[in-house]
Parts: sequence; structure tokens; C-alpha cells
Amino acid sequence: MSIITRRGLVAGSGLLLAGCDSLVSDPRARGFVQGAEQATERWQRLVGRDALAREFSAAEISPVFKANGTTSPVETEYQAHAAAGFGDWRVRVSGLVDRPMALSLAQLQALPARSQITRHDCVEGWSAIGGWAGPTLGTLLKAAGAKAAARYVVFLCADNYGGEADKGGMQSKSRYYESIDLVDAWHPQTILALRLNGAPLDVAHGAPVRLRVERQLGYKQAKYVEQIMLVSSLDGFGGGKGGYWPDRGYEWYAGI
Amino acid sequence: MAAQMGDDGTVAIGALVKRHSGWVRLTHWLTVVAVMTLLGTGLNIFNAHPFLYWGSKGTTVDTGSRWLAIGSVGPRGMVMIGTTRFETTGLLGRSAGMNGAMQNIAFPHWATIPSWRDLGLARNWHFAAAWLLILNGIVYLTYGIFSGHFRRRLVPGLRELRPGNIWHDVVEHVKLKFPKGEASLRYQVLQKIAYSGAALLLLPLMVFSGIGMAPGMDSSWPWVVDLFGGRQSARSVHFVVTNLVVLFVVVHLLMLVLAGPFKLLRGMITGWQRVETGA
Repeated sequence: MSIITRRGLVAGSGLLLAGCDSLVSDPRARGFVQGAEQATERWQRLVGRDALAREFSAAEISPVFKANGTTSPVETEYQAHAAAGFGDWRVRVSGLVDRPMALSLAQLQALPARSQITRHDCVEGWSAIGGWAGPTLGTLLKAAGAKAAARYVVFLCADNYGGEADKGGMQSKSRYYESIDLVDAWHPQTILALRLNGAPLDVAHGAPVRLRVERQLGYKQAKYVEQIMLVSSLDGFGGGKGGYWPDRGYEWYAGI
Repeated sequence: MAAQMGDDGTVAIGALVKRHSGWVRLTHWLTVVAVMTLLGTGLNIFNAHPFLYWGSKGTTVDTGSRWLAIGSVGPRGMVMIGTTRFETTGLLGRSAGMNGAMQNIAFPHWATIPSWRDLGLARNWHFAAAWLLILNGIVYLTYGIFSGHFRRRLVPGLRELRPGNIWHDVVEHVKLKFPKGEASLRYQVLQKIAYSGAALLLLPLMVFSGIGMAPGMDSSWPWVVDLFGGRQSARSVHFVVTNLVVLFVVVHLLMLVLAGPFKLLRGMITGWQRVETGA
């Protein structure tokens, strides 16, 4: 037993930790974890491509629905819209569509709405239950005429979450954005939520329009949506990984 | 180096005998890699929200359904279980960071992978290791069932589970009397309970409570999350069973050291183990 000393154990575990740190952050190991991420996405599509997320009863709604991420956009343009009650807010549908559109809040409100009480799971680990209502994304895709070449739907948001200076272009580096594939885009529970728990969305929860894609984590639920683009590739948006958080190391497919 | 086995099935003292099959050794060491990675990355993920709840929902404002919190009050690290607080400064809630300065963090940097806060990287590796554990587990279960390994060697029989036999084994363990000679080539009842409990109950519970936390799987397989009574309950079970897995590993390693680490490690690495004298 004398060969196992306390000093030896401390040094050994220190080496082990340093080894773990350099291994998990080694770019050459990225391929391994990306393979696992793809396996998760394919597995979930295989066992439940069209499965519906659980819907809860009104009694199970969280007394306080925690707001996370951007809760009060600092952009003057957004603040002007909020002060004016979002009367001039437009959601543009563009990219690979036959009929590009720019819909006002009143036009979105006039579309048939879907209501659903669902569980919101944050990547950090917490969950909150809320009742969302708004038109399905499918209604908009049908109206705009999605082209066959479209593979993803990208949501461009009004908040500059990372606070970096706007560099222009389609979506500056730190502006929030997200994207989903066409399976989730046409999913009946994927809606553009205009209301939470019976009231119009407040600023903290993404007023006036946020995405609900119920089978994925909270960071996919883009708030302050201004533009919906149908594209064949995610290149050219932000860091190219398909979302603000995916650009910063989180899984693009967030069903886990 | 073949086993010297007599006609009556006994083995000679001092003989080298085949102790573990290749499948058992391979899946054992892959489990070690997977569980170590899952534990370190899991603690890093836990640090992003060091609170646990029962039921479907739970956030920082839902104190009613919260049963565990790890945090800090001023300069003191605290763990709260139910409504009881324990001071844990230096280990949980508040501990020295890599630069030596005290920081507010649930699990200390030396216990997490990576050792800095990185929810994205920790999740990437957690799920990769989870796939390894699942695929490796499927190979192990298939082998264990069809080779007879579980029936013959791992799962205790009803006769072995008699209280008298269990008590006898407890006393032998307390006296640190470990089987020698031929008997050392079989597991005793406490070992069987521990090994089959870890492999056939704890690790499958880890996998299923993990699946119950995945929103995509909750849509496809709602029965999994229902089994645990909601997503936050599944998260709580995931954490509690992690503690049981760690307890198993600690006892397992302690027993290894007490019963002959070189002999037993050689057995699990090469497959061959020397039979010691019954003295």
C-alpha cells in the first residue's frame, strides 16, 4: 500500500483531469461527438417522426413561467415597436417560397389559431408548463408556397443577444436566430405563438411573436421573430451552425 | 497456461485459470470509460441548475416541489435537502477554483468534465458517452443472457438469498475473510447482489431516467417519463441513482484493494487469474 501515496494520488488525479480537459476540447474529437449528435437526431426521427408532445391540463400551468435569455431587448427599433403596441410589426416569410409575404400582427391574429399547454424544457435543466396559442407554421408555409428545394426554416429575431455591433448582412454574428428542419416545420404543434396563458405575449416571453417547436429544448423557441426564411443550407447565417446557441457549442437538434 | 483442472472439476492451488470471458472484459472496461465520462460531464450539466424537483415542472420559483438545492449563502457553501440545510463549504456550493480562488459552484471543478463551466461541451460528451453505454449495454445483456453468464455466475439463486446465507457472507466481509482456493473463482451472494444490481438495475435506470428527460423521447415514448412521474422526477431519479452508482464504484474499488488488486486486475484485463492457497 505504501506505493500509493496521497501525493501520488493528487498528482495522478491532476494528470487525469488535465487529460480529460484536453481530450474533450480537442478539435479532432469533435467528429466523435458530432456523430453521436447525428445518431440522436436520426434515432428520434426513426421512433417518433410525427409523435406529438404531451399536452397538459390548465391546472398544471406553472404559476410563474420563467423567462430566460433575452427578456428585454435593448434595440431602439424594437423598443419603438413595443411602445407602439407592435402595430407596425411585420413577420416576413421569404427565401425559397413562391409568394414572399409580410404579415402584420393583425393578419397573424386573424389566421386559425392552435392552443396547446406544453412543457418547456430549458437546456439548463428546469421545466415550466405554459399555454401557447397562435397560427401553425404550416399555415404560413402553405400560404407562401414552400419550394421543393427548401430544407430548413430559419427564424431571424430582433434581439442582439450577444451584444456585438451589427455588421450588416443577413444576420449579424450575435443576433439571435434559430432553425428547424421541415419535419418540425410542418409538425402540427409547431406554432408562431402570439399568446401565453390567455394574454398577448409580454416582452420577456418574446412579444409579439415567438416560435414554439415543442419537441425540442428552450433555446430553439426563438423570441421576437421578424423573419422566417426557407433555405437549402444554413451557411451564411451567424456562425453557420443554424442558431445562436448551436454556434456556441449546443446541439442544433435539441430533442435531448 | 491452461487451467490445471482435476477430473472432479476442482482446480489446483497456484494454477492460472480463465476467470473472465473476452466479452465480459471488453464490456467491463467500456462501461468504466462511459460511466467516468457520464459522471464528470453529468456533474458539469447539473451545475447549470443545481436544484431538483418532483413532478413534471420545476424552476427556481417552484420552491414547493423542490427537494434539493446546492448553492451558497454569502461565503458559505450550502446543501439543502427538503428544508434542512447543511454547510458544505469547500466541497459543494462554494469551493476553490482552478486558480485557487473561492467560487460559487455546486460541484467543484475537479469533479467535472471539463473542469470549467461548459454546458455545451459537457452535453456533447454526455450524450456521446450515453450512446457508448447503451450500445455496450446491449452487447453485454445479449451475451449475459445467451451465454448463461447471468444465470450461472451473476444473478443470485433463491437458495443463496436465504437470510442465513446472506448473514454468513456479511460476517465474512466484516472479518475481511475473502474466499480462497476454488471458492475464489465464484461470486458470493453479496457480490452477486451488488454486481447484478449495478448492471441490471442501476445502469438501466440511469439510461431510462435519462431518456425521460429528453423532450423528443417524451413525445415518442411518453411511457418512459410517465414511469418516473414527470420530467423533473426523472431528473431527480437520474441524480439519486448516480449517487448509488458512485457508492457501488467506491465499494467495488475498496473490495478490490482489500481482496488483492493485482490478482483481480490481472483477471479483468487478461482474463486469467491465479488461484491462491486456502491458508
